[in-house]
Amino acid sequence: MNILDFKFDSTLTPVDRMMIAEITDLTGIPDGALSIRKNGEGLVSSSSANVEIRQKTDKPGIDILVKPFTKGEEIHMPVIITEEGIVETVYNDFFIGEGAEVTIIAGCGIHNCGNHDSQHDGIHTFNIGKNAYMKYVEKHYGDGDGNGKRILNPVTVVNQEEGSYCEMEMVQIKGVDSTYRKTKVNLAINAKLYILEKLMTHGDQIAKTDMIVNLNGEGSSAQIISRTVGKDNSTQIFYPNAVGNNSCSAHIQCDSIIMNNAKISSIPAISANHPDAQIVHEAAIGKINSDQLVKLQTFGLSEEEAEEVIIQGFLK
Amino acid sequence: MIELKNLSFTVDSEEGQLEIIDNLNLTLDEGKVIVLTGPNGGGKSTLAKLIMGIEKPTSGQIFYNGKDITDLNITERAKLGIGYAFQQPPRFKGLTVRGLLSLAAGKDLPEDECCSYLTRVGLCSMDYLNREVDSSLSGGEVKRIEIATLMARELDVAMYDEPEAGIDLWSFAMLVDTFKRLAKTEHNSIIIISHQERIMQLADELIVIADGKVQIQGPKDEIFPKLLSEFGRFTDACTLRGEAKE
Repeated sequence: MNILDFKFDSTLTPVDRMMIAEITDLTGIPDGALSIRKNGEGLVSSSSANVEIRQKTDKPGIDILVKPFTKGEEIHMPVIITEEGIVETVYNDFFIGEGAEVTIIAGCGIHNCGNHDSQHDGIHTFNIGKNAYMKYVEKHYGDGDGNGKRILNPVTVVNQEEGSYCEMEMVQIKGVDSTYRKTKVNLAINAKLYILEKLMTHGDQIAKTDMIVNLNGEGSSAQIISRTVGKDNSTQIFYPNAVGNNSCSAHIQCDSIIMNNAKISSIPAISANHPDAQIVHEAAIGKINSDQLVKLQTFGLSEEEAEEVIIQGFLK
Repeated sequence: MIELKNLSFTVDSEEGQLEIIDNLNLTLDEGKVIVLTGPNGGGKSTLAKLIMGIEKPTSGQIFYNGKDITDLNITERAKLGIGYAFQQPPRFKGLTVRGLLSLAAGKDLPEDECCSYLTRVGLCSMDYLNREVDSSLSGGEVKRIEIATLMARELDVAMYDEPEAGIDLWSFAMLVDTFKRLAKTEHNSIIIISHQERIMQLADELIVIADGKVQIQGPKDEIFPKLLSEFGRFTDACTLRGEAKE
């Protein structure tokens, strides 16, 4: 559908709009490039003067081409699934031109009221040009009262050229039954990477992350932060690995709050293949500090309210 | 008014049952500044935690304005207007100083009001409003923010557990002035656990707690002179001379 024919209020159902607002905060047609995918098909796609969105012809997905030295542009690309039984793999390739500065707001929401699983596997490759800046925000969300599972398995490959900066914020707070996230990042000379993963699992949910960051270029650096909360009978496995192949620095920090009968494994790994590689990891898993709970209760909050404040702050 | 009747608090230890509070009877009148002092381990902090509901007594009763609150939980006592500032306050990842003060006040506090509380505890307010109450703050900073959270609440009884601990001398002087103002203008009753002479001088009433019991209780002018002499064994002579703890 052409953007001119697309009406945010009438083309999208109330559930569509709610899902899009949950994952991207969008409540109308944004400025800049836009791609909305719904139930396995591209619903709307719109390029801007500096960002071209091109449909792939050999497989599902799009190419996103950002002109060199583009400044301050936002690209919105929500994916929603509102029917049961949809299973899709989508390939999105990003080409961020030299010196460009862009923010990409993606996300996937599954509303499943049926008994069959719905699944979206997004295969994203980011090619970030020399001295370019890219911020990528991705939120996963699930709801619906069916027995069918809501499954999201993102695969992300990031290739950073010299002097580029990549910031990725990946959030999954509610409603996704199963996630297996695989991320691979390659950094060239003086490239910088910042990854923040925020995750909360509940019920019987399972979330697994494999991440490998190859610091190939001299002066490259990476900071990887994971903050997670595991509730009920959920399971989390986080396995980040930073590999220093040159004079570089990296820091992996994994903090988790464990509640009820949840199981959390946090297994940061670091490898150095160069004498000037400086790589640090730290990991902690623990219950909510009882003094924190008590302190907030002395303000008049109930134990449940205090717990919620602590979790929201931790995942902020 | 708070009335403690036959209050005991016992914990299990390797040597058997340990009486932290031992059949203690005490009346804390409203509208006063009351300073609890005495040796470390004597039961002062436990007593404050029993009043706040953080600890449950092994036996005995706690009355607040004539109502038995022994079975009320922390939240319920907080809603009655009882507050407690920790000796070692917890930190909160992701929660800003302004957010914490707002939670204490039970409403979204405007910036100027937060600044006012922070300034009164000796913090340069604008620098702190949006900082997280996490490990990036020093112990002294967290302690002062803790005191500010009680100021942000409309309390009937405010209990401060060793407010001087971890606070530098200059800030301590400011803190003493702040407590003077609090006593006159804000909280109805203030209970301060302290070893500091300058804090004790603020008191209407001094109570020495040791071995889980009230050893002596009375007006400050009557009790204080006795502290260095006959009750000297219950106090820390260094701190009584006015040397602030670092």
